[in-house]
Amino acid sequence: MTMILPPYANALGIESARDENGRIVLTMPFGPHVQGRPNFLHGGAIAGLLEIAAFATLWDALSEEENRPQAKPITVTTDYMRGGRERLTYAAAIISRLGQRMANIESFAWQESEDKPIAAARMNFLLVRD
Amino acid sequence: MPPDQKDIAAIREKLVSGELDPRAFFNMLNQHSHNGLIGVQYVANADNWVELAFDYDEKLVGDPKTGILASGPIISLCDMASGMCIMLTTGKFFQTVTIDLRVDYLRPAKAGHRVTGHMECYRHTKNVAFVRGYAHDGDADSPIANVTGTFMFLAPQ
Repeated sequence: MTMILPPYANALGIESARDENGRIVLTMPFGPHVQGRPNFLHGGAIAGLLEIAAFATLWDALSEEENRPQAKPITVTTDYMRGGRERLTYAAAIISRLGQRMANIESFAWQESEDKPIAAARMNFLLVRD
Repeated sequence: MPPDQKDIAAIREKLVSGELDPRAFFNMLNQHSHNGLIGVQYVANADNWVELAFDYDEKLVGDPKTGILASGPIISLCDMASGMCIMLTTGKFFQTVTIDLRVDYLRPAKAGHRVTGHMECYRHTKNVAFVRGYAHDGDADSPIANVTGTFMFLAPQ
């Protein structure tokens, strides 16, 4: 199943799919539009991918609710662990806590294997219910 | 042709030596790659801070219903301004890499507004530079985001 992603995700070339466990995994192809210093991904593009992974995973979890709340990002902290190379990048997110008012999400991005993350982000969302 | 690593090192050295002014430096390095997608422009600088900006663009929107920008481009903007203010402050021209960057969203950017990022390097050691700053959408006294980050110097290549 593919999700409808925002214009910014399309600008980055991000696509969404589900793995065999039903988890949402995003992919972002390498290209000049996401390049920073020569031969490396731009940190901002990685942060963008991590943010969209968090949003998509949260949105999916909230779809079970009757009145889906609005999710407003409050903070994001991105840790850069390895340089991103000229290849496909993956990202997925884990919901640490989904409460009434707040959601705490961790996203990870990787390339060659998931146990070698290139970056991670912690995002806190405010959930606004009618 | 986008500049390669060797060209970039030479261009960075020219900024630090004063041979290139910051605007010319930015225009030489930032017409390609990810910066090209976002359309970041040089605005102003002093000894220890840099201001860059990008115009509102529908392709950078995170929420089509409201037209509010995604936060990714704002992070990219502040990341680029950080790298440049570190060079101007420290006088070190070699590459820095981001260790971490934290963004607090104080309010959404207004649809249609140009976004400006202001970053300063307030402390640097042999290996690490510390930055702080903010992003605003027209009024610097009412920022949209507060930003802090740490960067590591890569040894000269």
